[in-house]
Order: sequence, then structure tokens, then C-alpha cells
Amino acid sequence: MDMKLNPKLFDEDIEQMPIRHGYGEGILIAGKRDKRVVALCADLTDSTKTNVFANVYPDRFIEMGIGEQSMASVASGLAAMGKIPFLASYAMFSPGRNWEQIRTTICYNNANVKIGGAHAGISVGPDGGTHQAIEDIALMRIIPRMNVIVPCDAIEARKATIAAAEIIGPVYIRLAREATPVITTEETPFAIGEARVVFRPDGDADIGIIAIGSLVYDAIMAAKRVEADGIKARVLNLSTIKPIDTDAIIELARDTKRIITVEEHQIKGGMGSAVAEVLSEYCPVKIKYIGIRDAFGQSGTPEELLSHYGLDRESIVEAVRSLIAT
Amino acid sequence: MPHLDDKKVAYLEHKANEIRQSIIEMLLAAGSGHTAGPLGMADVFAAFYFHILNHRPSEPFWEGRDRLILSNGHICPVLYAAMAHAGYFPVKELKTLRKFGSRLQGHPHREFLPGIETSSGPLGSGLSQAIGMALADRMDHGTASNKFFYCFMGDGELDCGQVWEAFMLAGKERLHNLIAVIDRNNIQIDGFTEDIMPLEPLKEKFESFNWHVIEINGHSFEEINDAVEQAKSVFSLPSVIIAHTIPGKGVLFAERRFEWHGAPPGQGPEDVVPKKDQGKEALAELRSLGGKISGEHE
Repeated sequence: MDMKLNPKLFDEDIEQMPIRHGYGEGILIAGKRDKRVVALCADLTDSTKTNVFANVYPDRFIEMGIGEQSMASVASGLAAMGKIPFLASYAMFSPGRNWEQIRTTICYNNANVKIGGAHAGISVGPDGGTHQAIEDIALMRIIPRMNVIVPCDAIEARKATIAAAEIIGPVYIRLAREATPVITTEETPFAIGEARVVFRPDGDADIGIIAIGSLVYDAIMAAKRVEADGIKARVLNLSTIKPIDTDAIIELARDTKRIITVEEHQIKGGMGSAVAEVLSEYCPVKIKYIGIRDAFGQSGTPEELLSHYGLDRESIVEAVRSLIAT
Repeated sequence: MPHLDDKKVAYLEHKANEIRQSIIEMLLAAGSGHTAGPLGMADVFAAFYFHILNHRPSEPFWEGRDRLILSNGHICPVLYAAMAHAGYFPVKELKTLRKFGSRLQGHPHREFLPGIETSSGPLGSGLSQAIGMALADRMDHGTASNKFFYCFMGDGELDCGQVWEAFMLAGKERLHNLIAVIDRNNIQIDGFTEDIMPLEPLKEKFESFNWHVIEINGHSFEEINDAVEQAKSVFSLPSVIIAHTIPGKGVLFAERRFEWHGAPPGQGPEDVVPKKDQGKEALAELRSLGGKISGEHE
């Protein structure tokens, strides 16, 4: 089956682009299509790529200063008047600092507000633990009505952003800082709520890997690597964590009986927990979680940090081998 | 918004008294809820719902309406009572306050009751939402729009940091279509505002945030009306009306007492009136006044 992924997926010189760039392109396209789209930012317009929109539509952009709490509620007010606001900051501050405003003034109110959380995950790197949001998926998926999307690359981020503008209701889009491989293409199908298989070995798979964000690429590379050991791993990109694609997760678990989840987030409350909530109820299988184990991040290069916290390709390969061995 | 003549003032006094009676009846039926703030703001709500607001109670989603955003959601008994008496829903529904299945949630929920502009309760978020609405209207209709966005706030919630983020933003944006009304009743749950977290000098604070500031007696219909007219005429700045009110106004044994902030009649301090008589006594007092509650500063 043609998954319409980047033909250079397994090449050394695969294109690299920060996932957050897709958000900037997405709000601009959504804004061109629908004049109700407006953008807000809390003094991070370049980092969050909100400037891509603000430069073209200055009259539909609100510079909040460093006021994330107010930003969430201002967006709610804009939505109450029919606007489609996209607000952005670092995920550590939004939703990190303004959770209650998001819960009450956006979700409880059922306000049609979209939130871009930039610089999420420990791959933020040198800025250190204060700036590495590794709790944001848990914070967002726990709130009723909130949709949670974690795009795997810049192209998917653009599609997710445009799609977010087209559905009614609050959406959180998690974005990463570093340039990471662009694994999808314009033709790769995307729909909110639909997980996609991104690596399918020939024949029946022995194990399923469910990944999100830039680690989808590493999960694919790990699956490719273990093929040499005779292990067939199927990789699912679970880019929408809520509403979760229950059918795709159950199908993968039924076919493989072994699941590994991979995310740049605390294991507690993150995507792996969401997968476990589905599987423990409908299709209990062995699960191994790759994520942050109840710790804070620290300074370092993204590669050093992913390795230190056991989120890199090697760690995925190890996890696959050890789960296959049980 | 025509000028207030004596006849209209008498009418508003009568409406405010009806609202106060309803507040006591609702709280008695609910067995919980806030007394001081709702009674203190009854005159302001009467002025708005029966004179100032451009609204259609039978058509709560009418696009052209002014927006009244209640930030301190805990005083919702006065909002519900004013709305019911204005015709948004039957007065008898007021007694469902805080009960299971009621449209009158303990703190207002936008989706439960048409005419509620936003859900509130957690303090400090209303002004930001009113700013968002006012900005949206200015984006769509420019400064020529005759729609106004009123945010009613408590003084206690001025402790919240978000409020000052919002005051700064509205000042920066010069939102002339935004009018904040502060219930300056000097009390919050733990005591008097100036003991808990001093707010004064409040007027100067707002002025330094680039707001036009008007201070009034919040029990004088003329002053309430004049302040709103003045605020509407200031075209380059947002306006804030500091309405000095007496918490518990109209029920003597509850006036000025912070202990009545979060207690309903029947559960308040009983040094003056025993708990079992508080509801009866409050209603008797309000009924005997027949609408005549004079302002403290008159």
C-alpha cells in the first residue's frame, strides 16, 4: 500500500524543517481562506511562526505581550463574537501557565479557540528544563472538548492547523522547535482523529510501534533497523491523541499483540497512557512505554537529551527487542 | 439611553427592590450562595437591565445587543434576578438556583441559560474576554459601531494578576467600546480588601494603565447613568466606573459585613439576627421599604 510518504524517507539527505513552521504556514493559509481567522501571540511571534500571519494580516493579529493567561481569555472573547482565534506561545507557558483559563474560558465555554504550543518536548535543548514542556499533552487531553494534535513534521503541522480552523471547538496543536525530517508529503492523507500507518513490513507484523511528533521518524528508522534481526514492526503515527483513533489502535494491537509507545512527554498522562486507556479496556496486550520517566529535563543538545532520557532510536530498538523476547 | 427623570428613578428603585427580594428568596431556596455582593450590586443591575443596556430579553442572541460580561460569577443571583425580572425567563425559575437540572448554575454557565454571555466563577478572567469581544467588534465594524461591552467585576478579583494583564492590553488598544464596572464594596472572603491585599490608590492605578476613570455612588441611579454616558463619550480610552457600594445593601443586618460574602440568609453571623429568622427578617425589611433604598451618600 502506498502511504505517499517522502520518497527520500530512508535517505541521509531527507529534508529537515521545524514542525512549528507548518503552524505558521497553516494559519496564513487558513487566514486567507477565512477572514474570521485571527492570531494572538505572547511576545514570541518569530519563535511560534505567528509572524508569518501577522506580517500579512496585521489588523487581525493581537500582540499580547507576555500575558498568556489573558491571551487565552481574550481568544475566548474573540471566539464569542465569531472569530476563529489561533493563540501561540511556548507550550511551557501556554498551556503550562494558563491552564485554568483554557479550561474555563475556552473549553467550559465551548469557545472555538485553537492553541499552538511551540517548543514542546525536551528536544528544545540548551534552554533547559524550565522551557521543556513535557506535561502539556496530559494537561490538554484531560479537559473535556479539547482536541489534541501532535504533528509528526512541518507538512503535517500545516495540514493540522488548516484542519483545526475548519472544525468547531477547541484544538491544541503541539509543536517542536528543532528542524526534523519531513516524512510526509502534500499527498499524504491527513484528517483529525485518524491515525496512519507509516511503516508496514511485508507480511504479518510482530510488534506495533505507536509514535508521535518528530519521534515518528525515529520509530520508522528503528522499525527498519530491526528488520535485519527478522523482527517485523508496524509503525502508527497517532497524530491526533484526542479524539483518539480507537479502531486503528485496536487493530494494531490485535495484529501484533505487542505495543510500544514513543513520545517526548511524561509517560504519566501522555500519549502512551491514552493508548493504554484504549487497550486495557478493549484489547489488553503487552505495552512498553518510551517517554520521560517522572523527571524534569535539562540543558544539552537535542541528541544528548533524547539519548539520556531513553527516547532515541537506539532506545526504541532496545525496547522492540526486549518486548519481542518476552 | 434617555435621561433619568424622577418617574424613571422611582421605577428603577422599585425594580432594584424586586431584585433584592428575589435574591433573598433564591438563596433561601438554595441553602447556599453569596448574599453581600448580589444585594450590593442590585441597583447597578437594575440600572443596566431596565435602562442602560441595548438588549432584547425575548431575543437573547440578537446580534446587535450590548454585551454584559459578569466576571465575578459568584454574584450571579443578582444577574439571574435582573434577567428574570427583565423577561429573559420566568421569575419562578429563580428558585431552582443551584439545584440539579437547573439552568441557574451555582456559577453562571453560558450554555445553560440564553442571555449569559460567558461562563464565570474563577475570578479575574472576565475583562480579558470582554476585551476579546470588543476587539472583534472593532475589527468588523471599526470605531463607528454603537455596541458597548460592559464588564462587571468585583474589587476582590483585582488581586488576580490576569486582571492587570487585561487592563494593560485594553489601555494599549484604546478600546473606547469597553466599559468596566468595579463593584467597590471593600470586602472579600477573608476580610476587608485593604487588609487582605490593599488596592488603593485604585483610581490612580487605572489612570496609569491608560484608562478613563469615573468614581460613583453605586446606589445612585443618576450617578450610574451619568457615568455610563460619560464613559461612552470618551472616544480614545477604555473607561472604568468604580461603583462604591455597600455589601448587603438593603438588609441592615448584613450591610458592610464581610462575613456575609459567601453565606446565604439562614447561615450568616447571628450576633444581630438568629439564623432561623434571617430570611424572614431580610424579606420583611425589603418589603417595608417598598423600593425606597436611599444611597449612602445622598
